[in-house]
Amino acid sequence: MIDKVADSVAQALGHVADGSTVMVGGFGTAGIPDELIGGLLAQGARELTIVNNNAGDGEEGLAGLLKAGRVRKIICSFPRQATSHVFDALYRSGKIELELVPQGNLAERIRAAGAGIGAFFSPTGYGTELARNPDGSPKETRTIHGKNYVLEHPIHGDLALIKAERGDRWGNLSYRMAARNFGPVMATACKTTVASVHCIVELGGIDPEHIVTPGLFVSRIVRIERVATQAGATQVAGP
Amino acid sequence: MKAGAPAPSAKFSMHYQRRSRDQLAALVARDIPEGAVVNLGIGMPTLVANHIPGSREVLLHSENGILGMGPAPAPGAEDYDLINAGKQPVTLRAGGAFFHHADSFAMMRGGHLDICVMGAFQVSAQGDLANWHTGEKDAIPAVGGAMDLAVGARETWIMMDLLTKAGASKVVAQCSYPLTAIACVKRIYSDLATLRCTPAGLELIDSVAGLEHAELERLVGLAIAR
Repeated sequence: MIDKVADSVAQALGHVADGSTVMVGGFGTAGIPDELIGGLLAQGARELTIVNNNAGDGEEGLAGLLKAGRVRKIICSFPRQATSHVFDALYRSGKIELELVPQGNLAERIRAAGAGIGAFFSPTGYGTELARNPDGSPKETRTIHGKNYVLEHPIHGDLALIKAERGDRWGNLSYRMAARNFGPVMATACKTTVASVHCIVELGGIDPEHIVTPGLFVSRIVRIERVATQAGATQVAGP
Repeated sequence: MKAGAPAPSAKFSMHYQRRSRDQLAALVARDIPEGAVVNLGIGMPTLVANHIPGSREVLLHSENGILGMGPAPAPGAEDYDLINAGKQPVTLRAGGAFFHHADSFAMMRGGHLDICVMGAFQVSAQGDLANWHTGEKDAIPAVGGAMDLAVGARETWIMMDLLTKAGASKVVAQCSYPLTAIACVKRIYSDLATLRCTPAGLELIDSVAGLEHAELERLVGLAIAR
């Protein structure tokens, strides 16, 4: 019997090796797997490369992981926020490496990893400072049918931490509103994908037409109680 | 700021008034046609939504994965799973859809988005755009979806003040700030004039009443075809 349901966050995460590349879903207040990030902090892996749209805000969650000195490098599109002071201080003191990627290239590089694409030409960033590799060398460019493109490589991960709404024991997932964001692509791009869900249903409990992430992309799921102040607290997700 | 930038002339400023942010938003909204798919950037462009008449169906796209975005919810009805790219609570219109990030940016890159409206630090007469990074040494760079939007939307429209606080033109012969994209801007809606960027340079669409063309060209420091 296939049963991907874990009893706890710690069990869902299992062993995370030092130096792992960890993709973390979420955008703004939607789809951030707070409990899984907390689990990663407790688990203790170091020298991590984090892939996220942002670089943490406030003191908790991703910012907490940064503050604890666990993160060597961050790959993101928008690190600077009003409350990104933990990242800002680490960046300014040279204690964290930043690979800044346009948001669409970030999503597509993750998608490419999951889809087995070797590299792809994107028009985004052509002629800008971001058409450079992390070492400062120019990325390969090509003109195709008169339009200019930059060669972009996939981003592969060891572990994806994502938040979904419903899941079943095969790992099938559905999401809620804009909390979907990076979840479906990150789930495809990592060796291990752990999803937190608010509701675990029987097989068949998610209409197959509504399964957004088929279970083969998911390693383990863990149910997390919806907190009263959290998004969606006013709308109960029935089975 | 550039040395020697022209200061707004006291003589002329007595004869014309800048467009307010809402007037500017209304001008942009007026030019968005029925059926258009539009992405409104963070900041001033979000005001445009307030000026699109309810009778005109325009599909608002938000890069975090929403098409058919509606206005802000009533106080107390916020749902923090339903936010825009500026991370503010929004609503979804009937017929609206959610999708993941790769699809959302495929909508831009694939040429399925008609118009994006963004702010800018600088725009060149040929439509080069600089709006993501000041390039200052201690500034933390952040780009978000600006480059994807600028390259991907069929038309990029810019909403901004024509001059910096120090009086330098933000419309320039060549951008000195790091570029967002090359030759992507089609129109500039500013507080003093609406301009078209073309391979041959700037063209005037309209300007505020009382602003003489010669004075507009002096403020911008570039020729503007009429």
